[in-house]
Amino acid sequence: MLKRLLTSREALLAAAIILLLAVISTRFPAFVSPQNLGNVFNDTSPLILLAIGQMIVILTKCIDLSVAANLALTGMVLAMLNVAMPGLPVPIIIAIAISLGAVLGMVNGILVWKLAIPPIVVTLGTMTIFRGLIFVISDGKWVNSHEIGEGFKAFTRAAFLGLPTMSWIAILAVLLFSIVMARTTLGRSFYAAGGNPHAATYAGIDVGRTQFWAFTISGALAGLTGYLWVSRYAVAYVDLAGGFELDVVAACVIGGVAIMGGIGTVMGAMLGALFLGVIKNALPVVDISPFWQLAISGGAIIIAVALNSQANREKGRIILKRAEHAT
Amino acid sequence: MTDRTRVIPDRLQSPLERHLKSWESLLILVAVAVFVANSFASPYFLNAWNLSDATFNFTEKAMIAFAMALLIISGEIDLSVASIIALASTAMGAAVQFGVDTPGLVLIGLGVGLICGAFNGFLVTVMGLPSIVVTIGTMSLFRGISYIVLGDQAYRGYPSDFAFFGQGYVFWVISFEFVLFAILALIHAILLHKTNFGRAVYAIGNNPTGALFSGIRVARVKFILFLLTGLMSGIAAICLTSRLGSTRPSIAFGWELEIVTMVVLGGVSILGGSGSIVGVVIAAFVMGLVTFGLGLLNVPGIVMSIVIGALLISVIALPRLWQKWRG
Repeated sequence: MLKRLLTSREALLAAAIILLLAVISTRFPAFVSPQNLGNVFNDTSPLILLAIGQMIVILTKCIDLSVAANLALTGMVLAMLNVAMPGLPVPIIIAIAISLGAVLGMVNGILVWKLAIPPIVVTLGTMTIFRGLIFVISDGKWVNSHEIGEGFKAFTRAAFLGLPTMSWIAILAVLLFSIVMARTTLGRSFYAAGGNPHAATYAGIDVGRTQFWAFTISGALAGLTGYLWVSRYAVAYVDLAGGFELDVVAACVIGGVAIMGGIGTVMGAMLGALFLGVIKNALPVVDISPFWQLAISGGAIIIAVALNSQANREKGRIILKRAEHAT
Repeated sequence: MTDRTRVIPDRLQSPLERHLKSWESLLILVAVAVFVANSFASPYFLNAWNLSDATFNFTEKAMIAFAMALLIISGEIDLSVASIIALASTAMGAAVQFGVDTPGLVLIGLGVGLICGAFNGFLVTVMGLPSIVVTIGTMSLFRGISYIVLGDQAYRGYPSDFAFFGQGYVFWVISFEFVLFAILALIHAILLHKTNFGRAVYAIGNNPTGALFSGIRVARVKFILFLLTGLMSGIAAICLTSRLGSTRPSIAFGWELEIVTMVVLGGVSILGGSGSIVGVVIAAFVMGLVTFGLGLLNVPGIVMSIVIGALLISVIALPRLWQKWRG
């Protein structure tokens, strides 16, 4: 049991992150100060939230390339709503963010479930449509910091027990979805639908509907992140979080989520996101141009997916071996 | 989800009936309708030089779309094509700084395209990784390298005879690019519809295991298709770079979406196994005419992308809705 835990994907990834931090700390000790690590975690919180949603979608053999556009569209709607109605309390704003994001996710889900259109096509399409809609509603204009209300911005800046609210939301989401994925019927059906769709169907699971819920959850998390993003950076524009969907997929793949579905954990997705977050925050510190980041993400995706396919092949054999020893 | 059932009819349709009911003839109708609508909507549309300019909207994308069509028919996809353009263009721009002349630049453009295609092909066929993730990875990797090389700079100063590929005219209003587009369309049509290789592509798309057991070297065919897609991206990079006369890392950004849309609009099944080059050629004209017409009406580019995204989803959704409605 202990051995399995230590050689697990998550443990290896955690070790890789610690090693990375150790290497950086040899030249830049300030980087690993608790306060800076807290900042890194807070910076990575949006990526963690989106990676959890993306992981659930990938579990069901789908992919959601529209998350960043969903985030940006929700963020823009909320920013414009805030300009129009400055008195709106934050809980209502968050409720609107989650519902709007969920509805956008449902659009993807319906197309995949009811019309059986391949998810990559659906989300490539909705990605551009959502981005286009931001331009249409905003007329291409920015909503700037001074136009956004103080209450709207204060939420992500408030701290609780030393950590900003955004970090707490990420931690809560990790805990909540760890429980949902391990302990609920819906959570298990995500694994079943992706692991073996035919067997899942015979077991009474509607695979299409499970995929629909996966897209809805991914959309809801993207909507929530949309509010957090605009609240934190206090700006909304058409290209907000442009290309971020690739980072989200990268975080999942690095976190050991199998792109063919059925394999992956919330913890893995979080660690994958943190791995990218540490690299992203370390680049300026170790004086490498931020232009390297895109290539590093791409390289990380390829290496991770290659490692995953090797690991999963091994895994099949090990399970058989263990079964043999048991008898 | 991807189950395809085939019903064998009692009586074969007559060839005329089959042609009239085909996707291609529907597309021709759409193309004619768009053409007529455009000529009423704008007085500038029916002008030989304007129409000639309009062809530049699709010739470069269509060159890649032909190879992409073969790749999608075989059941794979390449989302890195636009990034291959960026990398090939960057390599040519860098070579110019060392005083390489036009033939050398062409060789470099083609060579980079081939290398990128071989890299994708290696990861998919030798390593056995899923092409969607691999090419999402190489999409950021290839463009990432361009960003590392160029940052926020641009390459200029291409030799004057290099301009012919993107700006030259062969006869009156017939551009060099348009001639190249026609020749490449013909080559791909012959390759797909008249050779053993083409039949192998269809066989692999319909049933890879069956194809393998009937003696088709599946991995080799797929590898060649990735090479071909890379090569076409290299050719498109030469034309585009020559036409723009400069290289930025953001060159051809988002083209992969338009190219996939063009292929799917052309009637190629996104699940593989069916489609024709004629369809892709007509789809190229439809998309070119739509974007050109909207451009004449001063519709901004990002709003056009909504049209493209909606087009992508609806061309797949409408036939399925129609089938459902008819029971």
